[in-house]
Amino acid sequence: MEVRSQIAMTFHLDKCIGCHTCSIACKNIWTDRQGTEYMWWNNVETKPGTGYPTRWEDQTNYNGGWELQNGKLQLKSTSRSKIVPNIFHNPSMPTMDDYYEPWTYKYQELFDAPEGDDQPTARPISMVTGEHIDIEAGPNWDDDMSGSPVYAENDPNLDALSADVRQQMFEIQRLSFFYLPRMCNHCLNPACVASCPSGALYKRGEDGIVLVNQQRCRAWRSCIAACPYKKVYFNWSTGKSEKCILCYPRLETKQPPACHHSCVGRIRYLGNVLYDASRIEEVASVPKEQLIEAQRSLILDPNDPEVIKAAKENGIPDGVITSAQESPVYQFVKSWKLAVPLHAEFRTLPMLFYVPPLSPVMSGSDGDITSNETEDLFHEIKESRVPIQYMAEILGTGATAPVEYALRKQFAVRMYRRQLTVGDVDEATADRALFEADCTREEAEAIYRLTSLVKYEDRFVIPPAQREQAIEMIKDPLDHKQSTGFGFSSPPMRV
Amino acid sequence: MLDTLLFVVLPYVALVLFFLVGIARYRKRPFSVTSLSSQFLENKKHFWSTVPFHYGILGVLAIHLAGLLIPDAILSWNAAPARLLFLEITGLALGIITLIGLFNSIMRRIRLPRMAVVTNKSDWVLLTLLMVQIILGILVSIFNGWGSSWFASSASPWLWSLFTLSPDVSYVAAMPLLVKLHIINAWLILGYFPFTRLIHVLVIPNPYLWRKTQVVMWHRDRKSVRVKD
Repeated sequence: MEVRSQIAMTFHLDKCIGCHTCSIACKNIWTDRQGTEYMWWNNVETKPGTGYPTRWEDQTNYNGGWELQNGKLQLKSTSRSKIVPNIFHNPSMPTMDDYYEPWTYKYQELFDAPEGDDQPTARPISMVTGEHIDIEAGPNWDDDMSGSPVYAENDPNLDALSADVRQQMFEIQRLSFFYLPRMCNHCLNPACVASCPSGALYKRGEDGIVLVNQQRCRAWRSCIAACPYKKVYFNWSTGKSEKCILCYPRLETKQPPACHHSCVGRIRYLGNVLYDASRIEEVASVPKEQLIEAQRSLILDPNDPEVIKAAKENGIPDGVITSAQESPVYQFVKSWKLAVPLHAEFRTLPMLFYVPPLSPVMSGSDGDITSNETEDLFHEIKESRVPIQYMAEILGTGATAPVEYALRKQFAVRMYRRQLTVGDVDEATADRALFEADCTREEAEAIYRLTSLVKYEDRFVIPPAQREQAIEMIKDPLDHKQSTGFGFSSPPMRV
Repeated sequence: MLDTLLFVVLPYVALVLFFLVGIARYRKRPFSVTSLSSQFLENKKHFWSTVPFHYGILGVLAIHLAGLLIPDAILSWNAAPARLLFLEITGLALGIITLIGLFNSIMRRIRLPRMAVVTNKSDWVLLTLLMVQIILGILVSIFNGWGSSWFASSASPWLWSLFTLSPDVSYVAAMPLLVKLHIINAWLILGYFPFTRLIHVLVIPNPYLWRKTQVVMWHRDRKSVRVKD
C-alpha cells in the first residue's frame, strides 16, 4: 500500500442551474490572454448536447483516453510506439474548428463610420486573424438546446439508446435536459501526462494536481489528443499546452478554486482523499463494468488505523490526514456512493465525481392540457424524463446500476425530508423508500445536510499545502526577498 | 582570402553561435524552446507539409552524417556502380520529398490568413534559407554527380580539419560553385539555427520511450534538502 493524498471534487448536478458563473470566474483569472481566448478550462454543457469541443465524447474520432490491448493499458492516440512516427503530425489532433474561432467586435466602427442612412454596426472580427468572420460556433453554442435536431441530436451518448427511447427524448412534451459542468478531472491515471514526449506534464505528488511545465513543453501536442475530456488546450500564440491548474495558488492559501468559490448553486465540493497509488494500473485495467467500483476501492478509509499508519509512513502530514477525514468528497463517493466519475470507461481514473441529477417532473403536457402528473409527489425513477440509460452512458460506463443507486438514494432522502417537514408522506412510505435505497435515517439526514444546508467550510475542506516548508528545504526564502515571486521570468512571446 | 573567410571564419562563427546561443537560450529562456506547431490552426495542409519535409530532411541529413562519420564505408559501398547509383537516387528522391514538403509549408503560410498570424519575419528568413539550401542540394545532386563519393573523400576531411582546429581550405577550394554555395548556406543556417524555431530539433531526444508512464513530482524531495550553513 502506497498512500497518497489527492484533491478530489464532487459536483451535485441536481443543484446546477447552468449559470456559467464558474466558467466566467475561471476565464477572467486565467484565460483572457492571446492564444487562450478559446480555452474554457471550466465550461458548462447542456445534456443532451454535443459539448465542447463538439462531440468530445466520441473517442472513435478524437482517440482520447486509454484502451485495453491484450489486457495492457495503452493510450488510444499516441502510444509509445506510435509517438515516434507521428511526432511531426499528430493524427488525432483536434483543430480550432472543433472548438470555435474566438471573436470580438469592431467597436471602433461605431465611432468612425461616415454619416449615412443606417446605424453603423460593430461587425464581428476574428481574434486570431483580425478579419471579419461569420460566427458559426462558440462556447455553449448549444446551451439549453435539448431537443434540437441540429445540436442535441448529435450527442454521442444517444447512440446507445433504443430508437423508441431516443424518439421519446425529443418529443416536445417530454423535453428535458440537465447541465454538466466540466473541468480538468486531475486524474489518477492521466492520459495527458502519460503521452507527453517531453515529460512536461506532471502530477504533483502532494495533492495530485496535474500541471504543464511551461518551460519544458515543446508543442508536440500529444496531450491534447490524449486527454479524453479535451481539457488540455493548445495555446496557438505561445506554442504551449495549457490546462486547468485547479487554482493551485489559491489552494495553497486555503482558498477553493475560483470556479468552486463562485458557484451560485453551491453544487461544488472539494476535499482531499487518500488513495493507494500502488494499485492505479491494476484498477485502470479492470473490465469496463467494474471500473466504477474498482475506482471507489482505490480510495482508502481515512479513519482506518492501518491507512493512517501507512499514510504517515509515506510522509503524509497529520493535517492532510485530518482534512481527508473531513472531506465531503469521501462522503459522496465512498460512504454514500452518490457520486460517480464521468465516463469512467476512458480509464483515466478521474477525480471529479458527479451526483446524477434527479429532476422531479411535477407536471406534464397532454396535448393542450397541462396536468399535474405527480399524485405521488415524486415520479418513479424509471419514468424519469431523462432516460436512465442515457445517464448511464455518461456516468455509469453504460451500466444503469450505479446511476440508479444514486438516484434511488436521493429519492429516498426527499421522501424522508418530506415526511419530516411537510408530513404528507407517512413514516412507513419514507422508511420503505429508505430501505429500498440502502439508506438509513441517519445517513439520509447527513446527505440532506451536506446537500442543502452545507456551509462554505463544509463544502471546501482544503488540506494544508505546506509549500512554505517544502520550499525552505531547497531554497532560502530570504535569498529571494524582493525578487519576482510569480509570473513569467521572460516574456511569453514568440521568437 | 575569400576562401578563408567563407570556409574557415564562417564555419567557426556559425559553430560558436550555434553552441553558445543554443545553450544560453535553453538555460535562460526555456519558455521559448518549442516547435511552435501550427497544426491546431490548420490540419490537412499541415500533414502534406510537415510530414514529407521532416522525413525527407531526416533522410538527407542521415546520408550527410554518414559521409562525415564513416567516409570509408561510404566509399567502399560506392565502389560498385549499382550501389553508387542506388545511393545517389535515394538521396535525390529524399531531397525532392523535402522540397515538396517545404514548398507546401511555404504555400500554407502564404495562403492561409490564420498562418500569417503565427509566421514572423524570422520564420520567413529561415524558410528562404532552407528553400535555397534544398534547391542547391538538388541541383548539386543533378549537375555535380556522385556527391556521396566526393563528400566522403573531400568534404568530410575538410570538416574534420575544422573540428580538429587545423582548418585546411584546400579540400573545398577546388569544389564547383554550386557545392560551395551549398556549403556556405549550410553554415548560415547553422549560425542562424539557435535564434529560430529550429531550436526544437535539439530537444527531441528525451527519455519518453523509457520513462515510467506517469510523471509524479514532489515538492518535499528529501534528497535535495538544503544543507544548513
